[in-house]
Amino acid sequence: MSAISELSSITRRKGKATAEEKKANGRDNKAAYIFLLPWLVGLIAITVGPMLMSLYLSFTDYNLLQPPEWTGLDNFTRMLSDARLHNSLGVTFTYVFVGVPLQLAVALLIALVLDKGLRGLPFYRSVFYLPSLLGGSVAVAILWKQIFGTTGLVNQVLAMFGIQGPGWISDPSTALGSIILLHVWTFGAPMIIFLAGLRQIPTMYYEAAKVDGATTLQQFWRITMPMLSPIIFFNLVLQIIGSFQSFTQAFIVSGGNGGPSDSTMFFTLYLYQKGFGQFDMGYASAMAWVLLVIIGVFTAINFIASKYWVFYDD
Amino acid sequence: MTTKLETLPTPEKKSAGAGKPTNRRKPKIRESRGTLAFSRAQRTKALMKHGILILAGGLMIYPLLWMVVSSLRPNELIFREPGLWLNSLEMSNYTSGWSALTHPFGHYMINSAIVVIGSILGNLISCSMAAYAFARLQFTAKKLLFGIMLLTIMLPFHVVIVPQYILFSQIGWVNTFWPLIVPKLLATEAFFVFLMVQFIRGIPRELDEAARIDGAGHPRIFLRVILPLMVPALATTTIFTFIWTWNDFFGALIYLTDPDMFTVPVALRAFVDSQSATSWGSLFAMSIVSLLPVFLVFLFGQRFLIKGIATTGIK
Repeated sequence: MSAISELSSITRRKGKATAEEKKANGRDNKAAYIFLLPWLVGLIAITVGPMLMSLYLSFTDYNLLQPPEWTGLDNFTRMLSDARLHNSLGVTFTYVFVGVPLQLAVALLIALVLDKGLRGLPFYRSVFYLPSLLGGSVAVAILWKQIFGTTGLVNQVLAMFGIQGPGWISDPSTALGSIILLHVWTFGAPMIIFLAGLRQIPTMYYEAAKVDGATTLQQFWRITMPMLSPIIFFNLVLQIIGSFQSFTQAFIVSGGNGGPSDSTMFFTLYLYQKGFGQFDMGYASAMAWVLLVIIGVFTAINFIASKYWVFYDD
Repeated sequence: MTTKLETLPTPEKKSAGAGKPTNRRKPKIRESRGTLAFSRAQRTKALMKHGILILAGGLMIYPLLWMVVSSLRPNELIFREPGLWLNSLEMSNYTSGWSALTHPFGHYMINSAIVVIGSILGNLISCSMAAYAFARLQFTAKKLLFGIMLLTIMLPFHVVIVPQYILFSQIGWVNTFWPLIVPKLLATEAFFVFLMVQFIRGIPRELDEAARIDGAGHPRIFLRVILPLMVPALATTTIFTFIWTWNDFFGALIYLTDPDMFTVPVALRAFVDSQSATSWGSLFAMSIVSLLPVFLVFLFGQRFLIKGIATTGIK
């Protein structure tokens, strides 16, 4: 499945190349590199080159105007005592580790309800999928800003029941929650993956379980969950990687400053402020590498942990 | 970025499903058997499910509907009318929103359209070329390069943004559309390369062989055999590129600071920042205008989005 397993199987896969194809190897090289040329140029000029450059910049003091000045580990030691940075890490971790499980749980739940050949399934699927297409837009972030504002839709509805709601996005204790809710709202994409995964489970397993008198709950835990675990894992890895980089929603809802009192100051938002607000490019580069390492570490943890709970049928 | 990763699984579907395409219809069979056995219990269950789904779906879509309705209301009602009932159609939000910024809103939509079209062409050409090489050709360091390509799918944009910005600003490309389009021409959205590789792998090799025997070289096989057969993958790429580029905020925020060059997301952001508390109506109106193209693409491209993504897709 997918880029992720493809990556791990690269080393295992045996080349299917026949002797003839191998003979043609030399001839293909030229054609291949011509076809790959745009991608190779991009890889070097737009991806790997800038990556190495930003690694270098992370050890310098650089403000775009003067040439970068080597400062060794200075940027990283500054990070250790940067309270706003620590706070932004906390905000980001909360967002990722509350938002992602919640979103996936809702996605799985709705996928389970939708799975059993329900009438009108295409319609429901569209309705649930639409928000995940729109959720990344500035327009929806604007809508969220209104809905969870002091006089917003949520409080108007609460007022109908005589409840005076707080200003959700202007209160530091609820602002992040509103943005997490926006993330949960976009559960449509993982839901569609779950739906596809559910369809891959052979019906005979359920039939056999029914014959043996298994309850619905037993079927869920003993058949659905193990069979679906590779898909859950796949969703988890992708959503965690993606959520660490979340930016637009917090930026728009907070008006670009991560407020109130830094309660929605995502790591990426702080990085943007440092790099493109204060032009502290060295520090921003160092932060970017910290982000890369964090994402790498959590992806690795995910892979290691997966050995204990992901079940592969084949 | 987030959206990108959210929708990333496309190839997953395809590869996961490719092995057992026959299972697709099974759930229906399951249901019909159930109806025979205990039809009444089953029917109540189905009814309950519909109830839950309608409730959940309504809750999901309500904010969007409410935004549409509110954009057609006088401004002051936005703060005290949570319902969806419209007494009259108020188009003034649209006319005032359209001309609220330096340029008419259409200007920003044209800017966005230029970036979107450039990005789509870029992705279609560069990604399909790279995908052909990875899927069909044998060459030195293929596995290594393929692995690197997969890794770049997961690479956070932030790691390269600072040097990229320095690079493009030195070429004098800040406040042009080039920094948003050129990376696509160079296949940096590796996700699509992977999607297309997966698709090409599913095209029978006999077709290439036949063309080769007829004397066709790789360019010809690519253009005449593979490309026409991978139209569904190209359609999926087009649709996703459209939506992601149309919604792209971060790139535009960094590279476009001149209001002349604003794309829709940064224009909307400028609108939010400048608005007084009373102009939510026109802000909503322009938000809806900005979502309309995405919604239309969703409506007409659903086949490729959902089916292409979800089921074994694409085939």
